[in-house]
Amino acid sequence: MKAFLNTVLAIFWKDLLAERRTREILGTMLVFALTVILVFVFAFDLSVDMRSKAAPGVIWVTLCFAGTISLNRSMSLEKDREGFDGLLLAPVDRTAIYFGKALVNWVFMLITAVIVVPVYALFNNINLFSTGFASVILLGTLGYILTGTLLSALSLQLRTRDMLLPVLLFPVVIPLLLSVVRASTILLQGGIQGELSTWLLLLVGYDLLFAAVGLLVFDKIIEE
Amino acid sequence: MVMSYAPIELTMGRVQKVFYFHVAASWTGMLGFLVATVAAIAYLKTGAIKWDTASLAGIEIGMVFIGLGIVSGMIWARPVWNTWWTWDPRLTTTLIMELIYAAYLLLRSGLDDPQRRARLSAVYAIVGFISVPLTFVSIRVFRTIHPVLVGSSDPTVGAFAMTPRMQAAFFSSLAAFTLLFIALYWHRYLLGLKQNEVQQKRMEIESGGEA
Amino acid sequence: MLKAINLTKSFGNRKVLRGFSITVEPGEIVTLIGVNGAGKTTLLRILSGITSAEIGQVQFNNIPSRDDPSFYRRQIGVVLHAPMLYGNLSARENLRFFSRLYQLPHPEERIDELLQMVNLRSRANDMVRVFSRGMQQRLSIARALLHDPACLLLDEPYTGLDQDSSSVFESLILRAVEDKKMVLLATHDLDKACRTSTRIDLLQQGRIAFTQPRFDVSPEELAETYREITGTQPVKHAAGDAG
Repeated sequence: MKAFLNTVLAIFWKDLLAERRTREILGTMLVFALTVILVFVFAFDLSVDMRSKAAPGVIWVTLCFAGTISLNRSMSLEKDREGFDGLLLAPVDRTAIYFGKALVNWVFMLITAVIVVPVYALFNNINLFSTGFASVILLGTLGYILTGTLLSALSLQLRTRDMLLPVLLFPVVIPLLLSVVRASTILLQGGIQGELSTWLLLLVGYDLLFAAVGLLVFDKIIEE
Repeated sequence: MVMSYAPIELTMGRVQKVFYFHVAASWTGMLGFLVATVAAIAYLKTGAIKWDTASLAGIEIGMVFIGLGIVSGMIWARPVWNTWWTWDPRLTTTLIMELIYAAYLLLRSGLDDPQRRARLSAVYAIVGFISVPLTFVSIRVFRTIHPVLVGSSDPTVGAFAMTPRMQAAFFSSLAAFTLLFIALYWHRYLLGLKQNEVQQKRMEIESGGEA
Repeated sequence: MLKAINLTKSFGNRKVLRGFSITVEPGEIVTLIGVNGAGKTTLLRILSGITSAEIGQVQFNNIPSRDDPSFYRRQIGVVLHAPMLYGNLSARENLRFFSRLYQLPHPEERIDELLQMVNLRSRANDMVRVFSRGMQQRLSIARALLHDPACLLLDEPYTGLDQDSSSVFESLILRAVEDKKMVLLATHDLDKACRTSTRIDLLQQGRIAFTQPRFDVSPEELAETYREITGTQPVKHAAGDAG
């Protein structure tokens, strides 16, 4: 167990160190996210009232798109000089690689969220601060990257590379997306408590389920 | 059987007969996914390529049937609800399943090495299969609480009780489609196996006929 | 003692290894030669645990690698064609990362020692991204030696090395062997093969077609045998390319 954690953290810190130096992933994610939000605002020309109602949807779609940048890039950096083979050579649990990468992706997505949400709130003069919303963001991004990390390891091996990741990921992530957007809407705009707990339950269920799937199946994805 | 035996339903007239096709087609489409996923697990456990072929056959045939299901669903929806599409849980989930099928096929086209292709498609089939019930449940929850959506969505419109004669037609239609599925699937599967053989022979010839 | 027993591996429908077996004892340098596509790289990847064979097994001291993969991986140090490094980290940071994965007790000392050994001490804090191919290869060797493995698996390690790096490498291998380690390396360089090996095996169509203790053969004789068996010319290695 200790060795497992050690590997997960080693991979996590390595990626963070590389990112701190180049800032290529986070920078791209943030710029992209802000651009997407702008596109939404112009494309839909939302009235002020609608912007508030649309907030959860816009924010989550933006996070998903930005998320794919991290998912794609953090995996492909392993492919660069075959660092991945180096990981396979080491006496570490393969699944630890999965969780290490997932942790990196999660942190990057959270950092993006921490910047994007206040920015959206600022631009549209609405209040988005709520601990409930924050926890939904935590759970939602977690589920997204659990599935995403799995599929990014898969799509990396394709001839078509990361082009296919969104195609593979989005249909499978719909229950998650639906749950977080609904839960976010209820938290930010008020709604029935009962409904909220249903959505949160679905959310947690999704997270647990796909963590389990990842645990079981990651080995098979990277073996040769 | 459907056309002549089942009585003409009270409110919807002849159009209702599409229902038999729609449900049966969707059901067999989902059966295809189930078969594909079971075969995928079998492949991951045994490594025998025939399971990969079985999985692919399931997805391909399933895709055809789901496609039929969606189209027939739309044909039914138009006169009944006055809309081409309705976001009800079953139809929407079916659409998403179709997308997953398509993604699966795209995935396969991006891989050349047969073992790797088999392995990764098997993984994706499993991941996709697990997500479908979740998708259905989440949309169901959504629709139960928020029934007012695009077009008419009153669930009572378009619902009907089945008389015994209708039930007979329904089940025979279901059986017929399932049999059709099995027939098509089996053909596809055998075709796939033959393709594997041809591929193998070709490889052997190319590498100089080494035994 | 490293042993491969009856390894069979196909890619698609092409059989790359057919019932391949090999044994390497401590103190031996076994050199594999053969045409491109003969299966040298596949063999090394299987021995490294990166690729798995369909049939057959790999053993270290009679313990199958499958039974205890962690233990097995600690015994091997691998240098393949790709350097297996991270471009956005420095040489030192790269080695730190890997020493963490191997859970080494005194990483910094070991890292310094190895950087010294491969002549990269002065570039320790530079990004691997800016290293030449030869430098990356040297760092890769350092990475392989971090955990002081009992067995070295090297896939064409001399490719792209300049004269200096090449000799550094050669002396490393010879020293490893003095320490009773095992070395299995694949190369096209018949000169080096004759000079440094204890045994030379010619890999042809997935099997060992010819084996030769080094003492009995000169590079010219070896090249002749190579031509006879494989029907092709051995690849000529130019010194100093891409240093």
